[in-house]
Amino acid sequence: MTQSQRVPVLAMKGITKQFPGVLANDRVDFTLEQGEIHALLGENGAGKSTLMKILYGLYAADSGTITVRGQQVQIREPNDALRLGIGMVHQHFMLIQQFTVAENLVLGSEPRRRGIFLDMNTAVAKVKEVSEQYGLAIDPNARITDISVGMQQRVEILKALLRGADILILDEPTAVLTPQEVSELFAIMRNLQARGKSIVFITHKLKEVMAISERVTVVRRGRVVGSLDTSSTSVDELARLMVGRDVELVVEKGPAHPREEILAIDNLNVLDARRLPAVRGVSLSVRGGEILGIAGVDGNGQTELVEAITGMRRCASGHVTLAGKDVTNSQPRKLFEAGVVHIPADRQRHGLVLEFSVAENMVLQTYYRPPFSVKGRLNWEIIKSEARRLVEEFDIRTPGEDVPAGSLSGGNQQKVIVARELSRQPELVIAAQPTRGLDVGAIEFVHSRLVEARDAGKAVLVVSLELDEILALADRIAVMYEGEIVGVLNRDEATEELLGLMMAGATRRSDHAAAEVASK
Amino acid sequence: MSQPRDRSVWMELRVPAAAVVIGLIIGAVFMAFTGANPLTAYGALLSGCFGKPVNISETLVYINPLIFTGLSIAVAYRAGLFNIGVEGQMIVGMLAAAVVGYAGTGLPRVIHLPLTILSGALAGALWAAVPGYLKARLGVHEVVNSIMMNYIALYLSHYLVNGPIKDPQVIAPYSREIADSAKLFRFFGGFRSEFRVNTGILIALAAAVLMYYILYKTATGYEIRAVGANADAARYAGINVPKAMAVSMLLAGSMAGLAGAVQVCGIQYKFLDLFAFEGFGLDGIAVALVGKINPFGVIGAASLFGILSRGAQMMQGIAHVPKQVAGIVQAAIVFMIAAEGLIEGWLSIPGLSLKKAGKAQKEDV
Repeated sequence: MTQSQRVPVLAMKGITKQFPGVLANDRVDFTLEQGEIHALLGENGAGKSTLMKILYGLYAADSGTITVRGQQVQIREPNDALRLGIGMVHQHFMLIQQFTVAENLVLGSEPRRRGIFLDMNTAVAKVKEVSEQYGLAIDPNARITDISVGMQQRVEILKALLRGADILILDEPTAVLTPQEVSELFAIMRNLQARGKSIVFITHKLKEVMAISERVTVVRRGRVVGSLDTSSTSVDELARLMVGRDVELVVEKGPAHPREEILAIDNLNVLDARRLPAVRGVSLSVRGGEILGIAGVDGNGQTELVEAITGMRRCASGHVTLAGKDVTNSQPRKLFEAGVVHIPADRQRHGLVLEFSVAENMVLQTYYRPPFSVKGRLNWEIIKSEARRLVEEFDIRTPGEDVPAGSLSGGNQQKVIVARELSRQPELVIAAQPTRGLDVGAIEFVHSRLVEARDAGKAVLVVSLELDEILALADRIAVMYEGEIVGVLNRDEATEELLGLMMAGATRRSDHAAAEVASK
Repeated sequence: MSQPRDRSVWMELRVPAAAVVIGLIIGAVFMAFTGANPLTAYGALLSGCFGKPVNISETLVYINPLIFTGLSIAVAYRAGLFNIGVEGQMIVGMLAAAVVGYAGTGLPRVIHLPLTILSGALAGALWAAVPGYLKARLGVHEVVNSIMMNYIALYLSHYLVNGPIKDPQVIAPYSREIADSAKLFRFFGGFRSEFRVNTGILIALAAAVLMYYILYKTATGYEIRAVGANADAARYAGINVPKAMAVSMLLAGSMAGLAGAVQVCGIQYKFLDLFAFEGFGLDGIAVALVGKINPFGVIGAASLFGILSRGAQMMQGIAHVPKQVAGIVQAAIVFMIAAEGLIEGWLSIPGLSLKKAGKAQKEDV
């Protein structure tokens, strides 16, 4: 502890929280000094969010004490936390989409005239005052639906500040942002720090810890495994602490040896659920032996593109060709039988039947075929032994193949999907957000499996919101913005900065896009 | 049985068991209000259901259709569908069996009996196919259509039994009695035996085994369960979701149709005009839920509901309890099952075993 002579603004001591079957927090100590940015680092499921939800009054700890500014306190609900000056910005924003920024900000404490009338002028003025005070440029009269995710996050931060928060908890705030928005967020955080706010920054990204925090507390399996000054540690040390062993942070991969074209997408147009164009005139090509990465901010048509080429959503126009055969609007089963495997972005909605056992989930596409089924009768012996084999091979942490998939941690659920998909002999691997929610060790594993598939001559299409993942895996990178491919870069010409600009729609690489189309 | 859900039978059953206990306690409170002694009443319930051989037989007669209707609800529910149309499917099952049972007079028993029973199953399946098709192809919600199909079946049966299929020999609106070759054996005595329990109960048990087999041992059952548990994932995995829904509705309809056919071939021997829905379909919902949507659970739950229905009459006769009180007990049990979280909460209070939960409840009242 570097500044032990001062009274910390917040001290949590011996916090223990037991969930059924999981010890989420095991005698956790956490100290936040006045005016510091303190990273809380850990894998998904390590217990960092649980700890902060206890602090914010969303969960009750089984034991342990919380001291705020030297006073021991009881926090039973978020209002207790707010009274103590503790504010939290959740990963999923809690804003009313149809309301303006100012309306959202005064919700629950609306200024009134003569007791009943809403005084919006005062509200707008107050929002302006506070946002200028903290250097958060924002239009109080804009509707939430019309502003970007980064702006919405600012509204959430402002909301906490307006309620008098001195201690700000930011729960994975960078997960939804472009690289540019991340640096803007960091500037805001420094600004808040300069004005005496203390910030807890929850993350599992090592680079961000190094970039913004003064101190870092690492949590692993519910326990604090280290509390360090950021300046005296390194990415490798943090990774080791977080995972509990040495990890390769960079995928080992040689140059690609592209072969014949496997997947060709030609001028594809797809509508979203509201029947608005989501994918506009996309043309792409993936060859055997290469990984094509699709980068982009969430909601720019990647989901609809993947759904269209995997048979889950109708294409409005255009063509999808698989190894020379037209498979436009084919049923998912036909595509699977043709050698397409798909790691879906939403594992709980699409990837798994949570009530089904791990074994049942392992045969989600193949249950009807020999050897799993003969003449319509399921062979449970073989289904289970295959599941046991995959559990072993992919190191899935589960008490057995008979437990419901829903009882596994998010990371292990993802491993079930990855195991199931990559174990089928694919020609084309479509991986959407393949490592979402996985810990560093598991990411390493999945990435090396995808590279293995590439080296075995398969075509691999990776869609990810994590730029680092795209940069680590892809041989070529296509950037999607507002439903269009705004450019296709070779890996060696792609930089984080250039991609960030393209993802924000600022730069078009029409020359590349044109070249891509022309080459076909 | 080696299917995955067997691992925690007790965990699956402890909530329904607690719900039954609490429901009985609530029923006792109501009886106390009506001036009856709950212990005498529950004693009458037990002796009325099991006291004499003929009582046991009658209890089984009550249980028999509830197994079918419970299975019908359960198999549709496994595909995520709510088959509120059991009443109607059962009525057309009865009509079909009554018609085929009479029209096939002269056929040898080995052909006529199966034909009659299967015609009931087929009629029920066809009746369920309408809402099933509309749901699968067009996404029309099955509940509204099923309810309307119930009314169509009810009024169709009124029409038929007062006209085209009415027995001209009698004044009452009955259909003609089916041929002996279409009647199910009564275990003790002939077709007029006061022991009305018949081989229909074996058909019900076989149907439960068959439904279990289909749901957990076949690829079709896997599809049905996948669609019910997560239709999006099923679609992702290439399962034909509409087809699985349609198949489950056909199975559900055939179960309800069997309920009707067995009622005609085993008990009534004719179609008797209905003044209203008989309630087997509604009870089937409760039976399926209490039975945790599991075919074997349905057998247990149907037994419970059959005992309560039969016992209600006996309580009325012996302990002078209004018959409606048994209905209140049933309702209380279903209520408690629906409030599963509440009971789980009580059961999870440390040191509070099932018995203690019951005691605490008693002290409250």
